[in-house]
Amino acid sequence: MSEKRTASLQARKTKGSEGEPEGSRSSRLLDIGLPVGVFILFLLAWEAVVVLAQIPPYILPAPSVIGATIVKDWPLLSASLMVTLTITFEALALAIVGGVGLAILLAQSRWIERAFLPFAIILQVTPVIAIAPLLLVWLEPSTAVLVCAFIVAFFPILSNTALGLASTDHNLLDLFELYRASRWKQLIWLRLPAALPYFFSGLRIAGGLALIGAIVAELAAGAAGQGTGLAFRITEAGFRLNIPRMFAALTLISLTGIAIYALFALLSKLALGRWHDSARERER
Amino acid sequence: MNAPSAPLVRLQDVGKSFANGVAALGGLDLDVRDGEFLTLLGPSGCGKSTTLRMIAGLSRQSSGSIAWRNGVRPQVGFVFQEPTLMPWADVAQNVYLPLRLAGMSEREAQPRIAAALEGVGLASFAKAYPRELSGGMRMRVSIARALVTRPPLLLMDEPFAALDEITRFKLNDDLLALARELKTTVVFVTHSVFESVYLSSRIAVFAARPGRVVETIEVDGPAVRDAEFRLSPEFAETCRQASAALDRASGRVPA
Repeated sequence: MSEKRTASLQARKTKGSEGEPEGSRSSRLLDIGLPVGVFILFLLAWEAVVVLAQIPPYILPAPSVIGATIVKDWPLLSASLMVTLTITFEALALAIVGGVGLAILLAQSRWIERAFLPFAIILQVTPVIAIAPLLLVWLEPSTAVLVCAFIVAFFPILSNTALGLASTDHNLLDLFELYRASRWKQLIWLRLPAALPYFFSGLRIAGGLALIGAIVAELAAGAAGQGTGLAFRITEAGFRLNIPRMFAALTLISLTGIAIYALFALLSKLALGRWHDSARERER
Repeated sequence: MNAPSAPLVRLQDVGKSFANGVAALGGLDLDVRDGEFLTLLGPSGCGKSTTLRMIAGLSRQSSGSIAWRNGVRPQVGFVFQEPTLMPWADVAQNVYLPLRLAGMSEREAQPRIAAALEGVGLASFAKAYPRELSGGMRMRVSIARALVTRPPLLLMDEPFAALDEITRFKLNDDLLALARELKTTVVFVTHSVFESVYLSSRIAVFAARPGRVVETIEVDGPAVRDAEFRLSPEFAETCRQASAALDRASGRVPA
């Protein structure tokens, strides 16, 4: 099996863009099947340990109990999930608009870049949990949570897009100059497409960070917030020693993170499709 | 062989120094005549590419003058050492670029894109992406893009240096055929003596530090060149001549 797989990988390497060679289906099945299988084994082992060692659910609930709790508490948890998702995506949307916008502005001149980049870096290196209490003093709790998530998601988009805009092929820039292209045309037909792969790698990082930012800020808001996001449910369940619900909320956060990452990986693949190496990394 | 009318462009006593103080060119005199295939031949770092970029208007001379016959630079095509294609656009879109920047609609440009691709033998690859093509094919796309505006002057900066010899010979032949068909004047930079003799009607030999033209050689080869020409005594003789000139040019300054 492994020999076959190596052979098919080599075939793909040399064939590049051509049709899928024989055996790729079985290797892809292995790619997905192996981690899924290991994960199921892990859950079974967990279940077994909890049952055999008779660990009470308020210490470590079994996966079946967590699953049952998700179903039982779904009305409550789904409402919280929606709150967290809304904050995450609102923050991401703002970060995309702000990050890309500022990156384009910075790309206009070295002086603008020198003047503003330090601010962006300060925002980046300051741990968001340290700003959260201050934001909570200044802002409505719900707005503070949104701002926190925005701040952490903003920088990877800004820095990646700025890097992408700056690393446009110099010969292509010369070519545009040769044909007397305006700055505007140079931006939309050359610099922005060239920055796209960088933007997407920023977006993938930002997606995860926005979720983390939203959770962290809500934890910081804690009792002060009327927040009803997933992080609030975790704190609340902790106070009530409702450990299965804690795990249920945690599971939903994990799944959300995975879903966000997968969504942007898919978007990136669709957008970069046939032209960029990063969209083909799985074929290596 | 002498050009009766004024040259297409005349470079007189041109000098170029970079910001770091390096004098790339000094006292460069060069005429480009209508319809000729002029090769700039010289060792690396002698300012051939800089000269080409100045003719294209991508770089300004520090001293001297570059005078165009009609007072303005005509439309030029430029082929870089790398194919320099936009990886996100397919072959047809890449070739469309110069026309698009000139404000021509895609529909209007379609026949010209097709003709340009036909000219380089890539008519069936219009929808392919650059990464799906071989190095030689990418260079063909680059040439098609440079010629799609039908420029009176085509500038090429060591375009085939990275290609294998078989591909290179094929592209040499195709380039000659295209230039003849389109009646384009070509200025071609290379450091290969054989390539320069095979392609050109005239060779300008460069010396370094500062870069300048030290000798020009007229190549009296047949109008249509082929493998036969490559094996002919006059080809060998001209190669010897060009090599000797190159040696003299390099000899003046110890390497």
